[in-house]
Amino acid sequence: MDFFQVFIELAQSTVRVSTPLILAALAGLFTERAGVFDIGLEGKMLGAAFAAGCVAYITQSVYMGLLAAIVVSVLLSLVHGYASITQRGSQIVSGVAINFVVAGSTVILGEAWFKQGGRTPALSEDGRFGTIHLPFADALRDVPILGPIYSGLLSGHSPLTYLAFLMVPASWWILYRTRFGLRLRAVGENPGAVDTAGISVIWLRYRAVICCGILCGIAGAYLSLSAGAGFTKGMTAGKGYIALAALIFAKWRPKNILFACLLFGFLDAFAIRYQGFAFPLIGKVPVQLMQALPYILTVILLAGFIGKAIPPKAGGVPYVKER
Amino acid sequence: MSVPYAKLPAWAEYGLIPLVNLAVAFLISGLVVLIVGESPLEAAYHMINGAFGRGEYIGFTLYYTTTFIFTGLAVAVAFHAGLFNIGGEGQAYVGGIGVALACLALDRTLPWYLVFPIAIVGAAFFGALWAMIPGWLQAKRGSHIVITTIMFNFIAASLMNYLLNKVFKPLGSMSLETRTFDAGGQLPKLDWLMSIFGLSVGNAPFNISFLLALVAAFGVWVLIWRTKLGYEMRTMGHSPAAARYAGIKEAKIIVITMMISGGLAGMMALNPIMGEQFRMQLEFVQGAGFVGIAVALMGRSHPAGIIPAALLFGMLYQGGAEISFEMPSISRDMIVIIQGLVILFAGALEHMFRPAITRLVIGLSPKARDVAATKGA
Repeated sequence: MDFFQVFIELAQSTVRVSTPLILAALAGLFTERAGVFDIGLEGKMLGAAFAAGCVAYITQSVYMGLLAAIVVSVLLSLVHGYASITQRGSQIVSGVAINFVVAGSTVILGEAWFKQGGRTPALSEDGRFGTIHLPFADALRDVPILGPIYSGLLSGHSPLTYLAFLMVPASWWILYRTRFGLRLRAVGENPGAVDTAGISVIWLRYRAVICCGILCGIAGAYLSLSAGAGFTKGMTAGKGYIALAALIFAKWRPKNILFACLLFGFLDAFAIRYQGFAFPLIGKVPVQLMQALPYILTVILLAGFIGKAIPPKAGGVPYVKER
Repeated sequence: MSVPYAKLPAWAEYGLIPLVNLAVAFLISGLVVLIVGESPLEAAYHMINGAFGRGEYIGFTLYYTTTFIFTGLAVAVAFHAGLFNIGGEGQAYVGGIGVALACLALDRTLPWYLVFPIAIVGAAFFGALWAMIPGWLQAKRGSHIVITTIMFNFIAASLMNYLLNKVFKPLGSMSLETRTFDAGGQLPKLDWLMSIFGLSVGNAPFNISFLLALVAAFGVWVLIWRTKLGYEMRTMGHSPAAARYAGIKEAKIIVITMMISGGLAGMMALNPIMGEQFRMQLEFVQGAGFVGIAVALMGRSHPAGIIPAALLFGMLYQGGAEISFEMPSISRDMIVIIQGLVILFAGALEHMFRPAITRLVIGLSPKARDVAATKGA
């Protein structure tokens, strides 16, 4: 029973840690499937988290905070889109630039506006997302096995967490079952063919980039309005890069993204909980190894040692209509 | 890469366009200063004064410049072969192992001028090793170098954290750093160089690795433009298909280019470890690997451009410290914004002003018009 209790707690923190990863990885899925590489997920999430923290504090409304996060993140996406789609600049360079601009400006603006060392003021309950308690969660708590799973694991998360998990089938449906999704995937594989069919490659890619902005915005809002109570300096702490790793690890597929993010989230939750824990057979695993594991796994996968991750064919290449 | 633009005369291509891009980046940074409620002109004054106002300030500026020359060259060498090495940060960090090992082993027995060459080799070796793996994975397994080098930055951070914790930290010490090196592990300052100009270096850690950086810059120029290997690298950067057709071994060039790039990034570790702190600390790289990207983009991947670009960023780092001292509402994070904007305008948006500048330049000089007509738009 004790073991089971530990399992439930671990699973619950895995879900919590995975939420922003899932949202950000899905965000990356939309742009990268359309042929626009995006290593600026980190920056967009950070900018969104900052906007959410500021606006939610000023308006005392969590929904205004969420809206601000999405607006800022979409604007940053459009900068990336303008540089890499319209100006045909390097997508990697543009992503790096966005990460830096956001990392610097969130601290400078936060300090100028709130004077709390780059933080935004702590949010009250109104400014944060509460937790959703599923019906009968309390009543069923004492039912063996199913009770803890239902009330401990499934119930009691932020609405954004449920949204994130719902976005996985929703993204699958958009990408694989709608006309927009088909065209979006086609533009990432063979933009010339899409152009020949009389569909604007530019406009399609811009729409993909906007989708990415919206999802990154929600991911950022989750960090400052749900996981934390306000924005703190550099609060994404590499989550954007882990999401990028998860996206590759998932071979650019929605269902795999869910599992990749849960795996990376689990590693994180496990590392936090079991620092210096001695395993049977292997003994003590250094906490640094646990932290590096998502990156190591991604490198191994990318190298084709576990399956093969093949990126969208036209990824990273700006489209030139006429030569 | 197809360049759908008219050819410009060299002074416009290498002078005017980077200057315009830089000016826009600084204008927007000025706007941020305005939003914060301070005067951009006053900030600019403090920056220039803080970077060049006194011999000591110049010494600090040149100390940062040294670091950025190394990381800028590292990114540039990879650029020439069409590779984007975003992992300079991790390579420099791991390069620190080589410096620390050389110094810890020899600083009590050998003088600095014997330890220094060994430390150079060590730094370059470990940096090259850390870049070789992503290079090999790209060449043989087809994994994208940008993604692998990003991952290797994080892996390096974890690795170094572990090593400093378990291997390098002296017994009984709490802080994550090696012991302080003795005289053999301390590079001499370049006070004689400064005193030629009648300046005093003061407390600035401006040291002999600056000269090594200049030598490295010259070496990169020779390598890229005067050797067979450099020619093969450039061929591959311009057209991988042509390189393959010419019988250039792609895999070999990728791995060697990445090792040179990583070696240069690793040598950056000499400057802070042997030149300033005389010990290896946690996170001693402090983002210099990423500044290298901005420096290489600004400097158009040419050593003659990288040295002034590195000086510019050295000025930003030293002057930025002075701004944050004089104007507390503008912290050193301002530099990160400027760095990002420079990368955006000099890198991703480098073609934004090109059509307008092309029209202007061609309108001004008939000679340029002829060039444009023959080279074709």
